[in-house]
Amino acid sequence: MALKDYVFKKSLWVFHFGGASCNNCDIEILDCLTPRFDVERFGIKLVGSVRHADVLLVNGSINVRDKDRLLEIYRQAPKPVLVIAIGACGCTGGIFAESFNFAGPVDKIIPVDAYVPGCPPKPEAIIAGIVALINKKKAEKEVEHAA
Amino acid sequence: MKELFYFLVYPGLAFAATVGGILSWFDRKVTAWVQFRKGPPFLQPLFDFLKLLLVKETIVPAKGSVYTFLLAPILSLFGASISAVLVLLPAFGINAGFSGDIIVIFYLMNIPPIAYILGAMASANPLASVGASREIKLIISYELTFILALGAIIYKAGMSLSLADIIAAQSGGVFAGSVSGILLLIALLFCAQAKLGLVPFDIAEAETEINHGSFIEYSGAPLALIYLTKYIMLFTLPAFIAVVLFGGLSVEGPQIIYSVLKVFGLVLLVTLIRNTNPRLKIKQAMRFFLLWMNLFVIIAFVLTLFGL
Ligand code: SF4
Repeated sequence: MALKDYVFKKSLWVFHFGGASCNNCDIEILDCLTPRFDVERFGIKLVGSVRHADVLLVNGSINVRDKDRLLEIYRQAPKPVLVIAIGACGCTGGIFAESFNFAGPVDKIIPVDAYVPGCPPKPEAIIAGIVALINKKKAEKEVEHAA
Repeated sequence: MKELFYFLVYPGLAFAATVGGILSWFDRKVTAWVQFRKGPPFLQPLFDFLKLLLVKETIVPAKGSVYTFLLAPILSLFGASISAVLVLLPAFGINAGFSGDIIVIFYLMNIPPIAYILGAMASANPLASVGASREIKLIISYELTFILALGAIIYKAGMSLSLADIIAAQSGGVFAGSVSGILLLIALLFCAQAKLGLVPFDIAEAETEINHGSFIEYSGAPLALIYLTKYIMLFTLPAFIAVVLFGGLSVEGPQIIYSVLKVFGLVLLVTLIRNTNPRLKIKQAMRFFLLWMNLFVIIAFVLTLFGL
């Protein structure tokens, strides 16, 4: 079990789902993959097919049309898969929360493991979010062991 | 028993996959250096492989042909390991192979791409079929170049069809030391690039336009096997080039350093080509091989006939 958790943590492949975002969060996510931040150091890699993904990065507000697609993408991902909601829009709806076609923040549609607030969050914040998620999984394990 | 050991442990599956994993790390690390990054840790290929194999769920396509879909990665792994064995036995001087093994290796090296095509076609995904059709076109175009280059090498080695004889023929001086040898090296490197599916010839799995193409539906353990195949091929093809142009990979005493340098040097060249070129369109790739590379190899062949 320990080995499984360890290798999973060490090789998170990311699939990026952009909802109805203002595109600013998308750019910040791409920044994480640029040489300056270089997430490949931690084995994180952007993949093009959701079948290869371990982490679903969801950003932008989810509108009525996105909702089905997000659900479909989530179902297509091989489990275990982690979901991270990026940006104020992904976490709560942000400035789009009041709009007529808003279908709810990400966690109303699929289970979310970590939230990275900000409008847009800095790449440092996104990396910190992923690190927090990894540590959270570790802490959960310890609680399970203690219980 | 001995054959089984050759196939499974040394120099087959286990050994080739380990070295291939190291080479894959080297490839990613060099890529990172080229882009002024730090790059992944040394064990990254192992982590990726184990994660896919042990942790992830395997999903089979609902409308596809499930058995073909799941057997294709196994077939590709077999093809890659057998070609690794046949290349490495003479290369390391363990045994001499047999006469005609260069032809057998030529065919065996085609099994992984063909298995990818089968798997892609079986997955009933439109993007995978696009990938498969591109892969077929790519095979058609680079195969002629590859066999012509091998023809020139066979001629150089005095019409011998066995890798051991080709290595023996280079004891006086490696083939890559001549003008025609350098031309052949360039042609074989581009063929290797296309066989490995690396930029500029990663047209069949272009992740930014057709989302990994042939591999789009693979997940979990079958994907792990595909990665393992890729690691093995990343070792086998440079080893093959080292055998036919650089006089084999001797593992006796200090010779081993040269062998390691040969393989890493060839992989370095492949990596640098991949990092300094954009992806071609399939039409451009076909023209590149069918016209320019064939012309190139024919020139090399003529030079060979004149003994240059
Ligand atoms: S959180 Fe802000 S930056 Fe990100 S998509 Fe929403 S509005 Fe744009």
